[in-house]
Amino acid sequence: MSRHNFFDKRTKEISNSSYRRKMIFSFLIFAVLVAAGIFAWKWLNHQPTEQGALKPLRKTLEANEKILQSTFDTSKKSKVYTEKDAVKNVRVNGLVGMEKTIDTSTWRLQVVRAAGDTLKLSLDDIEKLPKVHVIFDFKCIEGWSQVTHWAGVPLKTFMDYYHLNTQEKMNYVGLQTVDKKYYVGIDMPSALQSQTILCYEMNNKPLPMNQGYPLRLIIPVKYGIKHLKQLGTMYFSNQKPPDYWAERGYDYYAGL
Amino acid sequence: MGLLNSFNSSTNFRMKKVIKKHPLAIRWFHWINFPVLTVMIWSGLLIYWANSVYKISVGNTTIIKFFPKGFYKALNVPFHLAKGMSFHFAFAWLFIINGILYVAYTIFSGEWRYLLPNKYSFKEAWQVLLHDLHIKKYQPPQLKYNAAQRIAYTAIFFMGMGSVLSGFAIYKPVQFSWVAFLCGGYEAARVEHFILTIGYVLFFLIHIFQVIKTGWNNFQAIISGLEVIKPEKQISTNEQA
Repeated sequence: MSRHNFFDKRTKEISNSSYRRKMIFSFLIFAVLVAAGIFAWKWLNHQPTEQGALKPLRKTLEANEKILQSTFDTSKKSKVYTEKDAVKNVRVNGLVGMEKTIDTSTWRLQVVRAAGDTLKLSLDDIEKLPKVHVIFDFKCIEGWSQVTHWAGVPLKTFMDYYHLNTQEKMNYVGLQTVDKKYYVGIDMPSALQSQTILCYEMNNKPLPMNQGYPLRLIIPVKYGIKHLKQLGTMYFSNQKPPDYWAERGYDYYAGL
Repeated sequence: MGLLNSFNSSTNFRMKKVIKKHPLAIRWFHWINFPVLTVMIWSGLLIYWANSVYKISVGNTTIIKFFPKGFYKALNVPFHLAKGMSFHFAFAWLFIINGILYVAYTIFSGEWRYLLPNKYSFKEAWQVLLHDLHIKKYQPPQLKYNAAQRIAYTAIFFMGMGSVLSGFAIYKPVQFSWVAFLCGGYEAARVEHFILTIGYVLFFLIHIFQVIKTGWNNFQAIISGLEVIKPEKQISTNEQA
């Protein structure tokens, strides 16, 4: 388009008074919009909080979760790395609910199949199930990530072995640390994804205490906040189980 | 003849020649984008703080640290990761929707003709730069936007696309693994997302400087849509056309 056309098409003559009227009108509308924007921002920031997040934002996080969960594909795996990619110094994060020592002669994983029906399993019971290695880029919600090497039994294998078939059809798995001070809820499709493991080894050695000895969850399709350490209790529910960080304003789903 | 002349001049006195510079839709997109992008940058900063590791250094000497403690303190950034995420993942929708509408409008209205750089733009942008820096007097002719603006406003479109893509690569690196792959991986996507944000801030600073320098007539056009063509400019316009 030539220069001439641009100016011809868009140029017109208007009277001074109609120009002035147009100006006042546009600036008035603009002022109203600015005021509306400021009002909307103030309104949003004065909304009550729900689970640590402003209510409209919490609703949006839940809507995001719904949209993204509906497209979640369990066949999509977190990228797999080789053993030599894995770091030796594995970062420790999150000390809530962590005990200094745990005696595995008395420790039992408590699997609540239903109210009043709890399966109690020793570490040996879990270690004799098929073991898989998971080497992946562990992602913390803070923003850092690290390729780390873990091993244990896939949660799906574990649940199949103990005939938790009706439980597999429920919506959520709830997990608690031994002292129950840290707890997470995980949607069932993510829990049953093949890389999700009940983990007892890191870098081919038993888990260190600060990495969740004797048993922790490794779930590569979630942020680190869901990889609960020092696992004590597992239960199943159709409602969202309480989640430590979701109660403090984070997205409940925390899926990757 | 004399009568006609005086009639004409009196008409000119009461009339203004104006150019419809910015269509209403574009003014809306612009003024919605400004606060939304501001919220995105602010909430992004709250998120970035939780792992604020980026810096520019030569050898062992840090030149710029992103960001110094005092900067965070002044803006009340520390310990608001959850808040940052809740705002970021809500306002991101507004940013995306507004961006899509803007691009669709630009395509269908034909406004893209004044926006996309053409074969002269890169040479002319250099001349614009020299002119703006007061090195050369010559200013290349322009339509709605000059060549430097064409390049800048087209670049900002690609930057927006880059932010959305790298954003999704960080947000869902497993489900959108192909997006993460396009970005060169999760860590790379995070760096790109950060650099683009710094880019917006620099764009904003230059933009504000240029708007102030160019003056009121140009600025009010993004509110009213109309820019007054001053008589002397009218003459030069005719000459150039």
